[in-house]
Amino acid sequence: MAVELYKEKYRSQVREVVLGATKEEGGTRTKTITVGGQTALPFMYFEGENPHRPVVAMEVWDVVPEDWPASLKNYFEDVYDDPAAWAKKCVEEYGADLIALRFKGAHPDGKNASAEDCIDVLKKVLEAVGVPLIIFGCGVTEKDNEIIGPIGEAGAGENLLLGIATQDNYKPVASAAMAHKHCVIAQSPVDINICKQLNILIAEMSTPLLDKIIIDPVISAVGYGIEYTYSIMERARFGALQGDRMLAMPCIADVSKEVWSKKEAYVPEEENPEWGDQADRSLAWETTTATAMLHSGTDIIVLSHPEAVKKIKTHIDELVQGGS
Amino acid sequence: MGLTGLEIFKNLPKTNCKECGFPTCLAFAMALANGKTSLDLCPYVSDEAKEALASAAAPPIHMVKVGVGENELEMGDESEIFRHDKRFNHPTVIAIEVKDNEDIEAKVDAINQLEFDHVGQHYESNMVALVNASGDAATFKAAAEKAAAKTEKAFALISDDLAALEAALEVLAERRPLLYAANKDNYEKMTELAKANNAVLAVKGEDLDSLAELVDKIVAMDFRDIVLDPGSREVGKVLVDMTQLRRQAVKKKFRSFGYPTITFTTKDDPQEELVQAGMYVAKYVSIVVMKTAKREIHLPLMSWRANVYTDPQKPVAVEPGAHEVGEVDENSPVYCTTNFSLTYFLVEGEVDTTRIPSYILSVDTGGISVLTAYADNKFIAESIAKAIKEFGLEDKVKHRKIVIPGGVAVLKGELEEESGWDVIVGPRESADIPKFAKEQFA
Repeated sequence: MAVELYKEKYRSQVREVVLGATKEEGGTRTKTITVGGQTALPFMYFEGENPHRPVVAMEVWDVVPEDWPASLKNYFEDVYDDPAAWAKKCVEEYGADLIALRFKGAHPDGKNASAEDCIDVLKKVLEAVGVPLIIFGCGVTEKDNEIIGPIGEAGAGENLLLGIATQDNYKPVASAAMAHKHCVIAQSPVDINICKQLNILIAEMSTPLLDKIIIDPVISAVGYGIEYTYSIMERARFGALQGDRMLAMPCIADVSKEVWSKKEAYVPEEENPEWGDQADRSLAWETTTATAMLHSGTDIIVLSHPEAVKKIKTHIDELVQGGS
Repeated sequence: MGLTGLEIFKNLPKTNCKECGFPTCLAFAMALANGKTSLDLCPYVSDEAKEALASAAAPPIHMVKVGVGENELEMGDESEIFRHDKRFNHPTVIAIEVKDNEDIEAKVDAINQLEFDHVGQHYESNMVALVNASGDAATFKAAAEKAAAKTEKAFALISDDLAALEAALEVLAERRPLLYAANKDNYEKMTELAKANNAVLAVKGEDLDSLAELVDKIVAMDFRDIVLDPGSREVGKVLVDMTQLRRQAVKKKFRSFGYPTITFTTKDDPQEELVQAGMYVAKYVSIVVMKTAKREIHLPLMSWRANVYTDPQKPVAVEPGAHEVGEVDENSPVYCTTNFSLTYFLVEGEVDTTRIPSYILSVDTGGISVLTAYADNKFIAESIAKAIKEFGLEDKVKHRKIVIPGGVAVLKGELEEESGWDVIVGPRESADIPKFAKEQFA
C-alpha cells in the first residue's frame, strides 16, 4: 500500500534578505549571506523550498563579558579584551556564519563608550573578519539612538544588520538603514499584530526597506515562556506562506542574550545539586533554546558557546541533507 | 475533530419526526455537530448509523496507555498540527535506555533521580527502556528483575528475541509495558504476546508504506494498543515522517496512522541527543528513547517539554499570596506583581539573583500580566492594598515599603493612600531588578 504524502499548498514565499556586501557590491565582506525564501515550513523539503539554510551568528562584545560564567568565558580568555581577535576566533575556529557585535560598553552605567569608540571597534572587527555583521546596542534606548546613526554611517556600504527597531522607537535605526543601505531588525513583543504594524511603519519610511527587514519576535529561554515565541514564530511563518506580505520576513532569535543571564546558566552544582553540572547545563540550555527556535522557523540564531554552535550547525547539516 | 452537521445528517432517518425535540433532522444534526445534544435522543437512528457516527467522531489519534497506577502514561489522543490552534494533550514520554549487560542498579538510580522542581512545576522521568543488549533471554529476565526492584516507573522492553520478551514479561507484565517491536516477520507472534500479557506493542515499519500495511494486519487481529515507529533514524527523515503521521491522522483521518509514535535518539554525545530529543518533543513524537540520564541534560529538556504542552489558550497562573524567596525575615524587602506565571517567575528569578531574601506579593489578576491587568482594573491600588492585608504582610515584615512594577508607576500615590505603605517604583523590566535591589536594599 502506497501512502500518498500529505502536502500543504501555500500561496506565497518568505522574502529573501541579503546580509553583508562584497567589494563588488560596495562593501568589504568576503561573502554575503542570504536568508529567507522559503515556500514551505522549516525543513519540509517534500512540499516546497527551503532554499537557504538557517545560519548561526556568534556574539562579540566591545568590553570584557564579566558576567559570563567561567565555563563560557574560558573559551575566549585569550581574546575577550580584543573584539577583533574575538571575532576572528569565532569565525576561524568556531565556524560562526556571522558576527553579532554587541556594544555593551556603550551602557551609561558601564564604560559609557562614545559613538567614536564604537566606530573604532566596528572598523577593527570589519577588518578582522570577512563575514557579515549584526549590530546590537547596549539596550538603553536613548544611548542606542545616539550611537546607531554614526555606526550606520561608518559602516556605509557593508549592508550591516542593524538592531533594534521597536514600535515606539523605530526611526533612528530605520533612518540609519535607509541612509546607508543596511538591514533592520524589527522587534515586536511576542505580538503578531505589532510585528505586522512595525513592518508597515518601516515600509512607510522607505518601501525598499521591506526587503531588508528581519523579524525579532522577542524570545525567551527554555523554561521562561519560550512557548509563546515558538507559537508566534509558527503563526508568523504560516501567515507568510498564506500570503501575508507584512509577515513574510526572515526571523532572528537572540538566544545567547536570553540564556546567559538566567540562573540555570551560572548557578554552580554545589549550590543546586539537583540541576547537575553547571558547565554542561548552561551549554544544554543554549542548545535546547536554539533547537526550539530553529524548528519554529528561525533563520538567524545568535549563540555564544562554541560547543552550542557546533551542535546546532551539525543538526542543521543533518536536517538539510536528510530532507533533500 | 468532529463531523460536520451535513455529514451527521446523512446518517439520520430524515423523517423530521420531531421526537428529539428539534424541528427537523437537519437542525438536530447541526446541534449534534456543535456538541449541544446527544444522539440517544433520536429513537429511530439505526445501529449501523450509530456505529458510523461514533467511529467518525472518535479522536483522530487513538489514546494508548502504558504503565499502571500512578505511573500510567497516556499517549496519543491528539487533534492538532499546531499548538497555537489548540493544546497538545499528552506530553512526550522520555524513556531512558538501560542495557541488560550494564550496571542496571546504577543506571536506574540515575533515572530515578531525574526529578526537578523548576519555575513552579514538577518534572520527573517517565520510563525505563530495558534493552536486551546481551541477546540472552535469561540475562534480560534477570535485568528486568533488578530494574523492577529499583523503580515503579513504566517500562519499555526492547528485544528482537521473542523468548527474551516472554522471559522479561514474567517479571514485568503487571506493569503493562511497551514491547518493542513488531515487524513484518514477527508481527503475528508479537501481537499474540502483547494480547496475552495486556501489553502495548510498538510497530516498526521500514517506511511509511510498510508501516501502514503492518498496522492494518495487526488491527485485523483485533489489537489496537499500538505505537508507531516509521523506522527512520536520520533527524531530517524522522521530522518528515513524524509530520506525515500526524497530518495523515488529523487531516485525512487515515486510521492506520492514528496512533502514538516512538523514535530513538541516535547520537552518543548527550548534548547532541538533547538537540534531537528537543526537536522530537515539539514535532509529534509520543515516546523518545534516549541514552543519557544526566540531570543537566534532562532539566532543560523537561522544561522545554512542559513549555510545548502548556495550554496556549489559558493564562498560566500561580497561587496568589506572599511568596518567600530565600530565608526571609521581618526586614526583607517586599515586591509585588501579578499572578500571571510568566511574569511572576521572571520576577522570582531576578529577585532570587539579588541574593537578598525577599517577599513577592502575587496579586490575583486572574493570571494576566501587569499592564493588561492594570488596564482591566485588576492590578490597581485597591486590589494590591487588599492583597497586602489578606496575605498578612503587615505581620510578616516590620517596615512598610512595597516595590511596584515600573510599568504602573502611576499607582504610587493612590496605593500609598489606600494601604498606608510607602511605595517604591521599581524597574519596568524584571531584568533590571538586580541592579535596582543593589541600590535600594544592599
